[in-house]
Amino acid sequence: MNTVTQSLPAAMPAEWRDFLALTKPRVMTLVVFTGLCGLLVAPATLPPVLAFTAILCIALGAGAAAALNMWYEADIDAVMKRTADRPLPAGRMDRASALHFGVGLAFFSVVLMGVATNWVAAAILAVSILFYVFVYTIWLKRRTPQNIVIGGAAGAFPPVIGWAAVTGDVTILPILLFALIFLWTPPHFWALSLFVRTDYANAGVPMLPVVAGAKATRVQIVLYTVPMAAAAVAPWALGLTGVVYGVAAIGLSAVFGLLAVRVLLNQATDPKAMGPEKALFGFSVLYLFAIFGALVADTWLLA
Amino acid sequence: MTPQDEREIRRRQKTRAIVMAVLLIGFAALVYAISIAKMGMYGG
Repeated sequence: MNTVTQSLPAAMPAEWRDFLALTKPRVMTLVVFTGLCGLLVAPATLPPVLAFTAILCIALGAGAAAALNMWYEADIDAVMKRTADRPLPAGRMDRASALHFGVGLAFFSVVLMGVATNWVAAAILAVSILFYVFVYTIWLKRRTPQNIVIGGAAGAFPPVIGWAAVTGDVTILPILLFALIFLWTPPHFWALSLFVRTDYANAGVPMLPVVAGAKATRVQIVLYTVPMAAAAVAPWALGLTGVVYGVAAIGLSAVFGLLAVRVLLNQATDPKAMGPEKALFGFSVLYLFAIFGALVADTWLLA
Repeated sequence: MTPQDEREIRRRQKTRAIVMAVLLIGFAALVYAISIAKMGMYGG
């Protein structure tokens, strides 16, 4: 790393805000929301303080994983414009501080989860952090254009953890929610990667549009949309949820599918002509929030 | 190390110490609340 621009003395401690930035607070929104939904649809209730603590632990675990991701990827972040101003590549923090912060936060979140709820939830939280750091960040991200698929698995854990925090087990419904987020991530992210020209190629990260082209990426988007829709509708088809969720899942997935087909039919390579991609990306965020919202609404209407 | 650097280091140490104090107080309150909730679940 030769990107340190400020002439800070070696002993200069990092600002506390830079530690906060290491946890990627904005990414946490979706993690907290899906974790909360998993917790709310579980067939029991926790005292509010313990429910709050469970969600806090999921958020802290995600923050720890993000910090360790930034610790490992400082070299990539330094050469990409979007990430060059993160605390490590910008030289506002030394790497050891980020590592200690990430490992400490990871242990703290797992132990607090175990003490406050149960050790099944704590174990799944630990597995999700380890999976994100070792399997995704260190092992596969720089080796395969399907890296986003692997990363999606890490992002799919929160509803399972939220559920397990209440019940102490994992049944078919949280597994389907895991599958839904897992299969949703590739179309969501690849739609974005088509119209946002990032410099992944310079950084040596084999992102699908870079290594396989726009056409192949559009085909992959549609291919992932089919099992994603199946995973979305399955909880209703299997009788695990009511008709409110079923109608919402079918309707939302149909719109998602239509938008994905529009992306497939688009030939453009200029981001200015990528209206369908932007529409799919925008809707994909709404889709996940709406479908989990419908699941919670459905559970509460049944009760 | 210039006097400006010295002041900047002290300022950062101070803000970090304040943030840490707030977090620790919050954590103590949380552990207290968790204890009460657990006693309510198993003891009450």
